[in-house]
Amino acid sequence: MTDIRKAFSNGKAFIPFVTAGDPDLETTEKLLIAMSESGADIIEIGIPFSDPVAEGVVIQEADLRALASGTTTDKIFDMVKRIRPQIKCALAVMTYMNPIFVYGTEKFMSKCKECGISAVIVPDTPFEEKAELSFACDANGVELVSLIAPTSHDRIKTIAKEAQGFVYCVSSLGVTGVRNEITTDIGEMVRLVKSVSDVPCAVGFGISTPEQAKKMAESADGVIVGSAIVKLVAKYGRDAVKPVCDYVKSMKEAIS
Amino acid sequence: MSKGKFGIHGGQFVPETLMNAVNELEEAYNKYKDDPEFVAELDKLMREYAGRPSLLYYAEKMTNDLGGAKIYLKREDLNHTGAHKINNCLGQCLLAKKMGKKRVIAETGAGQHGVATATVAALLGLECEIFMGKEDTIRQALNVYRMRLLGAKVHAVETGTMTLKDAVNECMREWTNRVDDTLYVLGSVMGPHPFPTIVRDFQSVISKEIRQQLMEKEGRLPDTVIACVGGGSNAIGAFYDFINDESVELIGCEAAGLGVDNPKNAATIANGSLGIFHGMKSYFCQNEYGQIAPVYSISAGLDYPGIGPEHANLSDTGRAKYVPITDEEAVQAFEYLSRTEGIIPAIESSHALAHCIKLAPQMSKDKIIVVNLSGRGDKDVAAIARYRGEDIHD
Repeated sequence: MTDIRKAFSNGKAFIPFVTAGDPDLETTEKLLIAMSESGADIIEIGIPFSDPVAEGVVIQEADLRALASGTTTDKIFDMVKRIRPQIKCALAVMTYMNPIFVYGTEKFMSKCKECGISAVIVPDTPFEEKAELSFACDANGVELVSLIAPTSHDRIKTIAKEAQGFVYCVSSLGVTGVRNEITTDIGEMVRLVKSVSDVPCAVGFGISTPEQAKKMAESADGVIVGSAIVKLVAKYGRDAVKPVCDYVKSMKEAIS
Repeated sequence: MSKGKFGIHGGQFVPETLMNAVNELEEAYNKYKDDPEFVAELDKLMREYAGRPSLLYYAEKMTNDLGGAKIYLKREDLNHTGAHKINNCLGQCLLAKKMGKKRVIAETGAGQHGVATATVAALLGLECEIFMGKEDTIRQALNVYRMRLLGAKVHAVETGTMTLKDAVNECMREWTNRVDDTLYVLGSVMGPHPFPTIVRDFQSVISKEIRQQLMEKEGRLPDTVIACVGGGSNAIGAFYDFINDESVELIGCEAAGLGVDNPKNAATIANGSLGIFHGMKSYFCQNEYGQIAPVYSISAGLDYPGIGPEHANLSDTGRAKYVPITDEEAVQAFEYLSRTEGIIPAIESSHALAHCIKLAPQMSKDKIIVVNLSGRGDKDVAAIARYRGEDIHD
């Protein structure tokens, strides 16, 4: 069983996201360790990108803060490698195609392996372009997470058939960010995936409250939360560890 | 399978949310591009609304003054809305209508593509929203008002460097937000497939006309075609029909801002490296971690950190060559053409003119250069005055 699969074996999985280097890497380091102790099953580590086209304003600004604080891909890998023994849960990296490609896709994936990162999520690389990543992912045992969206329709089965790790169900149109209401029929998306694969499904985009998480977890195997956590980091800065951990605990409880 | 490749460049690197939208656009384009009714409708709009064919003008005074090759100017500046952008907007907006879309969105740098999109949207009865970097709304305030006058809503983009790349980011975000009834009318030969192909096809009317007009005037092909390159739509339009004519030299002029050795430039081929961004694999100005560089040019239309994938491939194969032109060289060419021929060129097009001014004297008098005068310079007058230290209001 892969680390990602194991992460879905402890009830519904809670998957928090944090932008590495926001406001600095010391804070990210503390957040990773503390979130893993507070009930996170997988942590998505965001490698900041100058032009994150799938992100709403909250994560865009976090990326810019992280880059302004001197964060680089190498510094992130170094930090993760150093603290990996202290992190109890699985790790995934979320970033865009360009930071991976320019770093060197093979080198990037081998670094992931070296740091104990089990999966990568690349929102601007759809099914048709995954060959750009999959060779290096496979060679290093890093799972490439596929995304499906409310507009995917007949693409869902095609994507799910080849999916690795988990399927990231994008709950809403548009970019990442907190939403009051999620109207997409997540159950139907998950049903289509499950009709061709036993890969776990986690829902993300727009989820912020324990009530929303609970509702999403009724249809899916896991819940991903990004902007709501990044907002806490933006508000509390270097003192974000406690509020973020309290939040992670409340979310994990809500879906358990 | 990756689609829309030009050598190693191109592809479709967009969020899953947009995949069905780009596939739908590709299907619609393949359905309509050779449809006699669509072709006739577009041809009529091109002739009777945009004013095509645009003139191929023999710049005799400029030719005599420079003392070398014979210089022709392809007068895209004389099109309705004052630039080549209308060619693509007519094509894409007509396609949007055929696809049953109610709304178009577009990015704009200098404002020319925004104005052209707003114009055609008004004509065809489409809702229109334009995304423009805040920095550019200041540099090109007159065009912002023009777009509003045409009934478009203009969003000043305040993220990142607040210029063209950020406007593209925001437009892509908006498209994922409302995709069903909306077509993104991309303004250049960039972005995910099928945009580089669609935009090229609609712009290739420029090179087809040059061929025909020069045949009529000179009975032969040009020796050199010069055009400015940001994303590269006017250049690909001016090059495309000549790509298989090996005797025709193709030269793209990139914005070198304060110089290729100065960080303040936008010369992608000169300074960029291979990357994957804005839906395509191509060359980009970026750092060693793949962070996109904050580029600069006096010209808002060339102030873009990437280049279309077909140009990247033309550069790889050596079929076209790309040269950097500085702000100062472009401004001098802007002033030169105004004084010499009584034509005020866009500051973007002035980059192509600047290279022509360097090149023509080195060529013999029996050679022919065609410069694609992609737009008119009225929009740039205030900025050039400021560059020369005179404060006049737009």
